[in-house]
Amino acid sequence: MDTLVARYSQPMFEKDYTEDQLDMYQPAPSLSLRFAMPPVAQPSAWLRAATDDHANPNCPIKIAHGTTTLAFRFQGGIIVATDSRATAGNWIASQTVKKVIEINNCLLGTMAGGAADCQYWLAYLGMQCRLHELRHKRRISVAAASKILANLVYSYKGMGLSMGTMCAGVTKEEGPALYYIDSDGTRLAGNLFCVGSGQTFAYGVLDAEYSYDLSEEAALELGRRSILAATHRDAYSGGFINLYHVKEDGWVKHGFNDTNPIFWKTKLESGEFSNVTSELV
Amino acid sequence: MSAMFSQNPLMNGPNYSFNQAPSTAAAGNKEHGFYPYTDNGGSTLAISGSDFTIVAGDTRSTSGYNINTRYSPKVFKIGGTTSSQDDATLVLSVVGFAADGEALKERLDAIVKMYRYQHGKPMSVKACAQRLSTILYGKRFFPYYVTAILGGLDEEGNGAVYSYDPVGSYEREQCRAAGAAASLIMPFLDNQVNYKNQYIPGSGVGHALVEREKIPLGRTEVEDVVKDAFDSAVERHIEVGDGLQMFVITKSGIEEKYLPLKRD
Repeated sequence: MDTLVARYSQPMFEKDYTEDQLDMYQPAPSLSLRFAMPPVAQPSAWLRAATDDHANPNCPIKIAHGTTTLAFRFQGGIIVATDSRATAGNWIASQTVKKVIEINNCLLGTMAGGAADCQYWLAYLGMQCRLHELRHKRRISVAAASKILANLVYSYKGMGLSMGTMCAGVTKEEGPALYYIDSDGTRLAGNLFCVGSGQTFAYGVLDAEYSYDLSEEAALELGRRSILAATHRDAYSGGFINLYHVKEDGWVKHGFNDTNPIFWKTKLESGEFSNVTSELV
Repeated sequence: MSAMFSQNPLMNGPNYSFNQAPSTAAAGNKEHGFYPYTDNGGSTLAISGSDFTIVAGDTRSTSGYNINTRYSPKVFKIGGTTSSQDDATLVLSVVGFAADGEALKERLDAIVKMYRYQHGKPMSVKACAQRLSTILYGKRFFPYYVTAILGGLDEEGNGAVYSYDPVGSYEREQCRAAGAAASLIMPFLDNQVNYKNQYIPGSGVGHALVEREKIPLGRTEVEDVVKDAFDSAVERHIEVGDGLQMFVITKSGIEEKYLPLKRD
């Protein structure tokens, strides 16, 4: 822990400034790598006591959590779909969270776990990807981008970061590529991933209907339907369905739609969800 | 390492750091006695309209069941050139631990001021919102115990509200309530500002109901909604009361309003 702190809290050539002075004089803040630490022997244990609502429901600081996200590869590219609910304990903090993070015009990241961790580190990843482009005069591969993120979170292992993210992109060298990265340091390539508290429900639908040869329209519908199933059975998921399609020439957004009308449309037009009655008495 | 805790009043005195951790607590033992946070209660609220934003907060400050003061502002103008902040264009509200809130405000204000001097123009809400996020995340491992809301007008002149969690995840929204009475105010806002669960009477039954048309509220209506939200919160939450401070941001500047709330 001490070595980590020493390494990340004090950049080598910035010695005589206080934190506030650095804030003001740096035209653009260097994203990351300077974090304030609580003055105790075990910062991670202290942080857990203060912020982990799972271990301690009465913790003073509640960090936004909860999710269903999915992404899968098929012949026409990659489908990325998420719900939009954020919860802090039992409180629904927001129903309109954008859990698909646009890293750049051909790379997408998804957000599960700590909302701030995902937003911040995927923004940092976006910066690193742009720097890679400028240095090497070509776009970064999805493999390399995902590895930057994986190595980064691994260096903070045990400090309390919480993120389960997927990186999806299409490049000339790789074709459609999909990686799963989490805050334990896991990095996996694969065809199909669901992440978050509603992952099991999404897997149930996705595994049953998935095939690599799906048409674009069928793939989009499958993504939407899997998230719908998860919002139906997982209390920590809900709100809106956020749908993206990643193609060779970049990603295309396919709407941010309320689950409620989609649910009734699915039920009444295709006869699914027969556990729910449509009679009103 | 001294750079990390420069807020220590003994600038060159003994700074806490990892290399100089309190020697009584051997590594591996559970450490007691570091409770840096207090909840000072209160609530804040922000609503954006087509050409204005209103940011409001009550002025009560509590600790436990005690009322510390009846006038302790939670809503601040940010980034003006003078101490009176007359030419400010942004408003920050902070609720949670007042000392952290104050520290956060001072820090953001200094940064936005420096930006104005260096670039010769005021900071946009979008830029300020992103910067505030990185400031909050800079204390990811020792968080500011605050829920922040930033209000202003965007580049097109439309009202903009950005809401945050304590470690800096943020989102632009139409409206947001934060703090002790957030769970009382937010559902009211969903219904009255975003017309959630409001349907046209007689348009059908159950899922056939047609949603009410979503017409953006005008300034006077929003002011009334804010006042009603706080009056209701005061009735049902002990940590909210005393006074309501409201900042109305329009292109002609920021107007401050103070209305009394029940003081019991």
